[in-house]
Amino acid sequence: MKLTKFLASAALTVGLATSAMAQDKTKVGFIYVGPVGDGGWTYEHNQGRLAVEEHFGDKVETVFQESVPEGADAERAITQMALQGADLIFTTSFGYMEPTLSVAGKFPKVKFEHATGYKTAPNVSTYSARFYEGRAVQGHIAGRMTKSNIIGYIASFPIPEVIRGINSAYIHAKKANPDVQFKIIWAYTWFDPAKEADAATALIEQGADVILQHTDSTAPQAAAEKAEGVITFGQASDMAEYAPAPRVSSIIDNWAPYYIARTQAVMDGSWQSVMTWDGISAGMVKIGEISDAVPADVKAEALALKDAIAAGTNHPFTGPLKKQDGSDWLAAGETADDGTLAGMNFYVEGIEGDIPN
Amino acid sequence: MLKLEKRPQPSQLWTYLTPLLAVIITMIAGSALFALLGKNPIEAVATIFWEPLFGEFSFYYRPQLLVKGAPLVLIAIGLSLGFRAGIWNIGAEGQYIIGAITGAAVGLAFYPAESWLIFPLMVLAGALGGLAWAMIPAFLQVRFGTNEILVSLMLVYVAEQLLASMSLGLLKNPEGFGFPGSRNFQQYASGHNAEIITGSGMHWGVVAALIAVIFAYILLNRHILGYHIRLTGQAPRAARFAGVRPNLLILFCLGTSGALAGLAGLFEVSGPAGQISIDFNVGYGFTAIIVAFLGRLHPVGIMLAGLLMALTYIGGEIAQSNLGLPAAAIQLFQGMLLFFLLAVDLLTNYRIRFVKAETA
Repeated sequence: MKLTKFLASAALTVGLATSAMAQDKTKVGFIYVGPVGDGGWTYEHNQGRLAVEEHFGDKVETVFQESVPEGADAERAITQMALQGADLIFTTSFGYMEPTLSVAGKFPKVKFEHATGYKTAPNVSTYSARFYEGRAVQGHIAGRMTKSNIIGYIASFPIPEVIRGINSAYIHAKKANPDVQFKIIWAYTWFDPAKEADAATALIEQGADVILQHTDSTAPQAAAEKAEGVITFGQASDMAEYAPAPRVSSIIDNWAPYYIARTQAVMDGSWQSVMTWDGISAGMVKIGEISDAVPADVKAEALALKDAIAAGTNHPFTGPLKKQDGSDWLAAGETADDGTLAGMNFYVEGIEGDIPN
Repeated sequence: MLKLEKRPQPSQLWTYLTPLLAVIITMIAGSALFALLGKNPIEAVATIFWEPLFGEFSFYYRPQLLVKGAPLVLIAIGLSLGFRAGIWNIGAEGQYIIGAITGAAVGLAFYPAESWLIFPLMVLAGALGGLAWAMIPAFLQVRFGTNEILVSLMLVYVAEQLLASMSLGLLKNPEGFGFPGSRNFQQYASGHNAEIITGSGMHWGVVAALIAVIFAYILLNRHILGYHIRLTGQAPRAARFAGVRPNLLILFCLGTSGALAGLAGLFEVSGPAGQISIDFNVGYGFTAIIVAFLGRLHPVGIMLAGLLMALTYIGGEIAQSNLGLPAAAIQLFQGMLLFFLLAVDLLTNYRIRFVKAETA
């Protein structure tokens, strides 16, 4: 077959495939970076997918592919879903940004939603959650609960998302307890139970009695369980199996409302390219049950902080705040703008150590 | 009763038959696995092997076979040279990463200048990067007698740390808002390993893989060095009497496999992957070990094995999203392939005899 003919027939098949499906059920695809049973990040995205199925019943069909490496393989996985007639595809990891945009260019009729990225296109939206709002609540509880005044933090990669979380937790821990000190370990992984357990143990040996984590496994919880009087927080997922202690609360990613709304938009034909960044108020970030290991007054304060953030009366980044180098950042009463938050690459004043580069 | 009897000579027939047999047994055992998972086994196996080649969207998948297979073949060819001589480079994954980093670094150093010279320089830098990384275990072995298996494997983890550091630091896209990852070569014409014919999947890495197959074939069959490699693997003492210098062979085999792995990394980063990122490597260096053995360490066999492996990857992905098979089941399926290959390998060196049980 001649090349031009080949390409023409290819294009035709693509066109047929997408239009044929449009009359049928709405097909929604999900690309996952981990296995659906990771108990954290991917698990919660899959919960969102199941919620879409439950909400729309026969009107939708969902497909997913798990453990898709970021890069060339992702591009093929996304293309494959588009070829199979998906109307809407959620790509649920930062590393899928370029592949998503590249495939979106070839399938203008298919809608794409990329999690945690910053590049959009007419048929590509981005969405992410303001996890730092949850971090503020965590930070408050941590600051009030610590006896050694040392809070351990297992960080994943030095990217704005993670740095923002550290800053938010630190600001609110410091407000609750001026003597508090953060010890940060960079694990350079999102999911590696062995490394995470090592990091937690190292932090506990350095005197930390609160462990915060920005990694997805429950290994730090298990490590803390073995030590006396150490508390932890569930990450991405509730991790309730470690409640009431060491896990005293958690930040839960709740994608279901967003996934349902976007699927509805595709069905109605009202879908538009947007950049969504929702927090506690929209229900995208949830604070897991604060357990009885936390005294009632601390719990009440934490819930009040959560409500104030949800109501918009308390922005987790409210001045006066200085950067780590002592330079002014926010004046008294001033709140951080989303642009600065999105690209955050500095610590606030008081955090020791450097952001690795 | 069954009895195993060693063949005086490895069977020529079974050397060629065992890979086929392994594929067939894998299909059968895989079917059982898929059936246990509550899927239609015939449909699942058909999806994996048939869909990418002849299915509705094969126009897209066939070129993807080349894209996925090329790095596997390129790395496996290099590994096979050493494996034949009993030199075990297990760290191709690390050499692949370093080749991608050095090659990409050269390309990014020129950004945004445009010149046809840039891509060849990147290719050269990629090969040299992989070569240099492989020279570490080679030199340590030649000089201090360390074990190349351990050293090359450990260096993979060092390379992974370097990759993370590069994605977050030195090679980070200055216009990327602080997010990890380099600039994208797909948007930089001079550094882009584009498809030579659009839609064909044929990029320079595929060409390089084909050239490597041809060169390896000539080397092994027509060249004295190839003879030395084969001799060293089969009879190390005899090789020494025949004037083979083992140290030189170690340097050559590790160096060549490192350079080829580095090339594979460069072609991947500048083409299909597009950018240096923390999760750039996806295990090609390790999968290539399977490919090398599946292809019987023979260049043509490796080429076919690489394509077969690519087929199971792509077919497996289709089975995942169309049939809802878990990713782990697909990995298990691929693992079975190597397992059964090694198992039926027995038939090459042994024959099975039925003998009557002797009464005591």
